[in-house]
Amino acid sequence: MLKFLGKRVVQIVILLFIYVTVVYWLIEAMPGSFMDQYLMNPKLTPEIRENLKRQFGFDKPPHVRYLLYLRNFVMLDLGVSFSYFPRKVTSIIAERLPRTVFLFVTSTLVSYTLGYSLGKRTAWRRGKILDKTVTMVGIVFWTIFLPLLAIFNIWLFGVILKILPLNQFIDPNLWRFAPFSAQYIFVRLLLSGLTFLLVMLVSLMIAQKMKTVGAKRLTIYVSSIGTLLILIVSWILSGHSAYAWDIIKHMVLPVLTLTLYSFAGSMLVMRDTMLDVIREDYITTAKAKGLPDNVVRDKHAARNALLPLVTNFVISLGFTVGGGIITETMFSWPGIGRAYLEALNTQDTPLLIGLLVFTGIFVLIAHLVADVLYAVLDPRIRY
Amino acid sequence: MVVAEPLWKIRLKLWIRSLRTGWELFKEKKLALLGLGVIIFFAIFGLLYPLYPVIMRNLFWKDDPLTYQTFAPYDPIIGFDPDIVSHPSPPSLRHPLGTDPLGRDILSMIMYSTPREFVLGITAALITVIIGTIIGASAAYYGGVIDTFFMRLADIVMLFPSLALLMVLSAFIELTLFRLALIMGVLAGFGSITLVLKAQALTVKVRPFIDAAKSTGASDAYIIFRHIIPNILPLSFLYMMFNVTGAIFTEAVLSFLGLANIRMSWGVIIQMAESSGYLMGASIGTYWWLWLPAGVCITLLCSSFYFLGRGLEEIVNPRLRKR
Repeated sequence: MLKFLGKRVVQIVILLFIYVTVVYWLIEAMPGSFMDQYLMNPKLTPEIRENLKRQFGFDKPPHVRYLLYLRNFVMLDLGVSFSYFPRKVTSIIAERLPRTVFLFVTSTLVSYTLGYSLGKRTAWRRGKILDKTVTMVGIVFWTIFLPLLAIFNIWLFGVILKILPLNQFIDPNLWRFAPFSAQYIFVRLLLSGLTFLLVMLVSLMIAQKMKTVGAKRLTIYVSSIGTLLILIVSWILSGHSAYAWDIIKHMVLPVLTLTLYSFAGSMLVMRDTMLDVIREDYITTAKAKGLPDNVVRDKHAARNALLPLVTNFVISLGFTVGGGIITETMFSWPGIGRAYLEALNTQDTPLLIGLLVFTGIFVLIAHLVADVLYAVLDPRIRY
Repeated sequence: MVVAEPLWKIRLKLWIRSLRTGWELFKEKKLALLGLGVIIFFAIFGLLYPLYPVIMRNLFWKDDPLTYQTFAPYDPIIGFDPDIVSHPSPPSLRHPLGTDPLGRDILSMIMYSTPREFVLGITAALITVIIGTIIGASAAYYGGVIDTFFMRLADIVMLFPSLALLMVLSAFIELTLFRLALIMGVLAGFGSITLVLKAQALTVKVRPFIDAAKSTGASDAYIIFRHIIPNILPLSFLYMMFNVTGAIFTEAVLSFLGLANIRMSWGVIIQMAESSGYLMGASIGTYWWLWLPAGVCITLLCSSFYFLGRGLEEIVNPRLRKR
């Protein structure tokens, strides 16, 4: 296992190096540059031009800049953004990343839960009316033109029902006199969500050890509802609940859109694996033993069909950073995807390279985690 | 026994027979049939486009041929209807799906774009599949350096978020319809499809007839093209369907974001509505004909290709077949 891990890490480092090189030269070769809007000014004297070029770092030849970039990259420095001067690219990413990750992790979790339970049911009742309808609706959502779904949701929930804000991240009227930044509240919101997830995970693990079904259910319900109550009460007591609620309200529509869009992916994977597992002999044995239908489905079939879903989940988390462009544009959500589009429009080269490189690192790590998880979950696989 | 029939006749017969059994299996997949129906509908719909202006002229512009000639009200790109006071106008008899902010007829724009979407999707998917199949088959057959090279290449291609990469590329070249199809096809061809097809080709490579062909002195190219590729072709054909979906979707998104240089497509129609400010707040519902028909067309065509692909997958992939 350790040997395999070492090999993979070396591979990842080489891949990353090639990826950074390709990205760097691709963006570097883009026609025009951020500097052009200043250099085009006819009033500038040649000295000022030279000075400008030096300040933007364009006085050195490209290969020297590339080597400098690589040196900085090794020291985890992605350079300084042009359009957000003098902010560092890493600090922009650190600001934008939690928003995108929160959006996508929530929607991915919801859509995978939905996909898991729908997938196992449709496979179990293959060819029945439920299977056909759910598959059809799922595929239509899976291949829907994402902006269309976003526009429709904005229209339905924002314009007709008037229960949710149309877009944006926060409501400026509410936040005008707020004594702290939105990021301050948002990070705390993220931490609360993380705590809840952790408690759920621990209680699930404890529930596994319990003997009776009643005790299992009690553990899960008590812990989840208890944590939720404690979190809500602590938010109300802190006096920031109105701000937190504002952010949550703005998050519902993007999450809903993404969930609807992506649940079919996991559902189809689950369905296909289930169909494979159902043919195994131990399913027939379990049925012959006289076990109830849903016990065979949930305990014997679905557990064994879970593996591809778990790895798919990890890999899809890796693609969140790149996948946000459409959703974040439609909902004016200031995340990584929006930052990418803005950087592309203003030709903010360092930010553009930084975002692409960061996305690549994210995907690579997700793949590594998926590989390790595969070995941990499936005892037949040994590296 | 001497077979009197020429070889091509026997091959044709076998081919027809396998097609027939495939069709029998395919007929049971109602969703796939639905997809095929929608695709055929769109094909006819797009081919009928030249008739549309003629019909409309004879219905509404008989008395006024001069205005019709001057303004070409049913031209998808430069059309304008001077008889309507304000554009965009809601659906009416003259314009069954209304007009856009520039006074162009939406239905004619949609009909005009339909064949182009087909061309784009199928070109991109064909290129992807041809590249993917050849690379997958040769990587599996040769192994070694060729295999490693193409697999690592696929790893790198898969690292790039495809939409983000196409956005960067749109700064280099004007992404016309054909160029976009070419780029999407090539990018996808070196990506994940090679992994899948290589895995399939590996199962073919170990079969005895490959050894038999080798021992009779067949060349590598002959074995790859005559023995391995025909055996992985069903799977590549299947992936072609999914790639058509992806290509049409990507084109629509790029057009919607205004990054592709395509004069008219379903994505451009929605981009027109967005850039002229009709997708904000209450206007969304009021001006529904600007975005809904085009969006529904994209969704329908994409999902019908996907349904078709799923249906074929259940035939090609024995794991998914009903017992």
